Amino acid sequence: MNFFSKVYYLFRKAWKALRLYLVLAGPGIVVMVADNDAGGITTYAATGAKYGYHLIWFLLILIPVAYYVQEMTVRLGAVTKRGLAEAIFDGFGAFWGWFSLLDLMIVDWLTLVTEFVGMTAALAVFGVRPWLTVVAVTVLMAVIVLNGRYWTFEKLALLFCVLNLIYIPGAFLVHPSVQDVVHQGLIPNLAGGLNGQLFFFLMANIGTTIAPWMLFFQQSAVVDKGMLEKDIPWGRFDTLLGSIVTVVVAVFIVVVTATVLPGIDIDSASQAAAELMKTDRYVGAFLAIGLFDAGLLGAICISLASSWAFGEIFGWAHSLNTRIREAPWFYATYFLMLVTAGLVVLIPHAPLVLITLFVQVIAVTLLPAALVFLILLLNDRTAVGEYCNTPAQNLVGGCIVVLIVILSTLYGITVMFPNLIH
Amino acid sequence: MQALRSLISRIREINSRYRAPRIQMSSAVRLSLMALRLYLFALVGLMVYKFVLLVSGS
Repeated sequence: MNFFSKVYYLFRKAWKALRLYLVLAGPGIVVMVADNDAGGITTYAATGAKYGYHLIWFLLILIPVAYYVQEMTVRLGAVTKRGLAEAIFDGFGAFWGWFSLLDLMIVDWLTLVTEFVGMTAALAVFGVRPWLTVVAVTVLMAVIVLNGRYWTFEKLALLFCVLNLIYIPGAFLVHPSVQDVVHQGLIPNLAGGLNGQLFFFLMANIGTTIAPWMLFFQQSAVVDKGMLEKDIPWGRFDTLLGSIVTVVVAVFIVVVTATVLPGIDIDSASQAAAELMKTDRYVGAFLAIGLFDAGLLGAICISLASSWAFGEIFGWAHSLNTRIREAPWFYATYFLMLVTAGLVVLIPHAPLVLITLFVQVIAVTLLPAALVFLILLLNDRTAVGEYCNTPAQNLVGGCIVVLIVILSTLYGITVMFPNLIH
Repeated sequence: MQALRSLISRIREINSRYRAPRIQMSSAVRLSLMALRLYLFALVGLMVYKFVLLVSGS
């Protein structure tokens, strides 16, 4: 009887914890899965096709890196109850504030264009015309956002996150050799030595795992959700789970293309999907559906990151819990970004490849700025009190920033001057 | 025109509200911001240089 009582007690405790997590889950997992956006899927597909399973270990290293960076936004948002844009204005003055806001707006808009590029290309695999995709996506996103509740938006976003897991059954369908995946993928190695091309791929993978918009999005989402200091442990767990899920999905994408398309140069995820269709139509369809889902989730989050930031600074109502009449500027910014980015994709002969490349360079170049501000704000004891960074957290955060500064500088140079490093 | 004037006045108000940084400018903070400035100048300079190369080449 005593044993059964203990089991029942543990079950009730676990069930209560799960229910509490389901209430608080959201910002961390949504931002992390949304990070596997159209550009991310392309990068992982190209990495697998080019280097096989050899860079899986590198992706796994990015789990703690992504967690450490994003966890800081949970603490800062829950304690100060303000988004990162407003915190930068307040902490560092108008110059750095405007710099961060404009940087966020430019990077977000360009990234949004790449999400539309991904979505139109994904549905083109099934014969859907680009204009139809743009219109349908805009209407769908309007329905998601205009329902007037953060909770509904978040749960719908979580549904799209689940769809992002489609790559996992996709990988099993191509029957990879588990032995090869373990032996080649989990033992750190640099396939073919550290050359310019490998370096480019490593940088691209970092660039797609941590992006400036993610910092702004998660902190604003924590504030909009109304998370408090006592919710920080759950926010941390949510972020950790999200960083694991995002990397696991990335690993499965690498496994798919490494198994089916070894040695093929991939320029876009839609090209990978089309190639996969030739060998296995189900796997190709999975990749295309996953690409569309990734673009959609990325587009929802990225456009919101900018709208929240503008609302914070200009003092407009800026919550998904408000109706369009109560927060007209918040929704106007959201749809302006969305519609203009969608229209760019429909321009005949628009330099979409150049835009995609440009986005990667700008994003990794401006990432250190957002990270430096975040770490400095987390060291401001007057604002965050007991939640300020510990020396160990500063050491880890500092190392990540220094590493990203060095790598992003080299990445920027390799993208702009590809013949410089051989 | 009225909307533009209102926007400009709002921007002025924001600039005045956030004129002084609230964070204490310790030597570590100053050093970090200086390093950030140098990094951004170098990378933006590279981008401008590349842009000039692209324009002059086309």
